[in-house]
Amino acid sequence: MEDLVNIFVKSVFIDNMIFAYFLGMCSYLAVSKTVKTAVGLGAAVIFVLGITVPINYLLENYVLKSGALVWISENLIDIDLSFLSFIMFIAVIASMVQLVEMIVEKVSPALYGALGIFLPLIAVNCSILGGALFMQERQYSTITEATVFALGSGVGWFLAIVAIAAIREKIRYSNVPAPLRGLGITFIITGLMGIAFMSFMGIQI
Amino acid sequence: MAEKKEALFSKKNRKLLSDPLDSANPVSVQVLGICSALAITVQIEQAFVMSLSVLAVMIFGNIIVSILRNLIPSRIRIIVQLVVVAALVILVDEVLKAFLPDVSEKLSVFVGLIISNCIIMGRLEAFALGNKIWPSFLDAIGNAMGYAWILIVVAFFRELLGSGKIWGFQIIPESFYELGYMNNNMMILPPMALITVALIIWAQRNRNKELIEEN
Repeated sequence: MEDLVNIFVKSVFIDNMIFAYFLGMCSYLAVSKTVKTAVGLGAAVIFVLGITVPINYLLENYVLKSGALVWISENLIDIDLSFLSFIMFIAVIASMVQLVEMIVEKVSPALYGALGIFLPLIAVNCSILGGALFMQERQYSTITEATVFALGSGVGWFLAIVAIAAIREKIRYSNVPAPLRGLGITFIITGLMGIAFMSFMGIQI
Repeated sequence: MAEKKEALFSKKNRKLLSDPLDSANPVSVQVLGICSALAITVQIEQAFVMSLSVLAVMIFGNIIVSILRNLIPSRIRIIVQLVVVAALVILVDEVLKAFLPDVSEKLSVFVGLIISNCIIMGRLEAFALGNKIWPSFLDAIGNAMGYAWILIVVAFFRELLGSGKIWGFQIIPESFYELGYMNNNMMILPPMALITVALIIWAQRNRNKELIEEN
C-alpha cells in the first residue's frame, strides 16, 4: 500500500508529465485559455490514461516482452516482440480513444458533452503514449502499480493544465510586452512553475 | 510526377520550404511538437540526432500519406496516419539502437514519442492529405528544418551555458573557471528549456510584428 501511495505522489509531483518531461505540451498550450475547457481536457486525459496504461501493461507483459509468450507454449521463450511496442501501443491508444468516445456517447450524453470534443485530440497527446512508454521503461511489477502510476500522471497533468489556465485567465489584465503575449509568456510561466515543482524532488512517503 | 505545369522550385514551392523556417515555424508559431523539442535539448548532439530522426520520419510519412491520400477513408485517417508514422518510427528507433546506442539511450522514450509528435500528425493532416507528392516532400523538409533550428539553437545555449561545452567539446577555457566562472546548472534543468524557447519567441516576434498575438 505504501508503495502505491509513493508511486502516486511521485507521478503527480516529482515526475510530473508537464513540468518534468514536457509531455502533452501541445494540447496543454492550445487548450489552456480558459479554466473550463482545461478541466474538461484534464479529466479526459486522466480517464484515457487510466484505461490505456493497464491495457498496454497487459500487452507488454503477455505479448511483447522478451519471453512473454511463454504462457502459450514453452517453445516461444526466445521470442522478443518488443520492437513492435510503439505500433501496438499507439494502436491500442487510438482504438481505445475511439471506443471510449462511442461508449461515453451512448451511456452518458452529459459526460460526452463535457469531454466530447477533447477525446479525439487525445489520441495524439504525447502524455498518453508517454505514459505507456514510461510504464514500459520503469517496469512496474504489478498491474495495480501501473494503474496507479497512470492515474497519478493523469492527475499531475490535470493539475498543471488547470493551474496554467487559471493564470492565463488572470494574465489577460496585465501589461505583458507585446512580442511575449500569448505563447511566450505561457512558456515562461510554465518554466517558473516547473522550477517550483522541482522543490518536490526527493519526497518519499 | 504531375508537376509538368509547375516548375519544381516555383515560387509557391519555395515558400513551402522557407515559410516554416520563420513566419510559420512549427515550434514557435504553430505550437506543434513542443513535447519532444524541449526534453532533449540539453546537448546539441541529442538535439541533432532527434532533428534528423524527425526529418526522416516526416519526409517518408508525408510522401507515403500523400501517395495514399485518395485511398484513405476519412473516418479512419487518424489511425492510418498513426500506423504509417509508427512503422517509420520503429525503423528509426532500430537504426539508432544499432548505430548510435549511447544517443539512443539518452533519448529514451522520446524517440517513440515522435509518433505522437504533433508536427508530424499536423502536417500529415493539414498538408499531405490534400497535396501531391512533391509539395508534400518540400513541406516535410521545410517543417522539419523549422523544428530543427529551434532545437539546435536551444540546445546550443543550454549546452554552452549549462556545461561549457559544444557537441561534447569543452569551449569555455579552464582559465575562466580559475577566475571564478561557473557553469549555470540551472540551464541543464528542464524548466530552462521553456524559458529559452520563450526568449527565441520574443526575439522572433520582435522582428516579425505580424506574429504578435492579441493576448
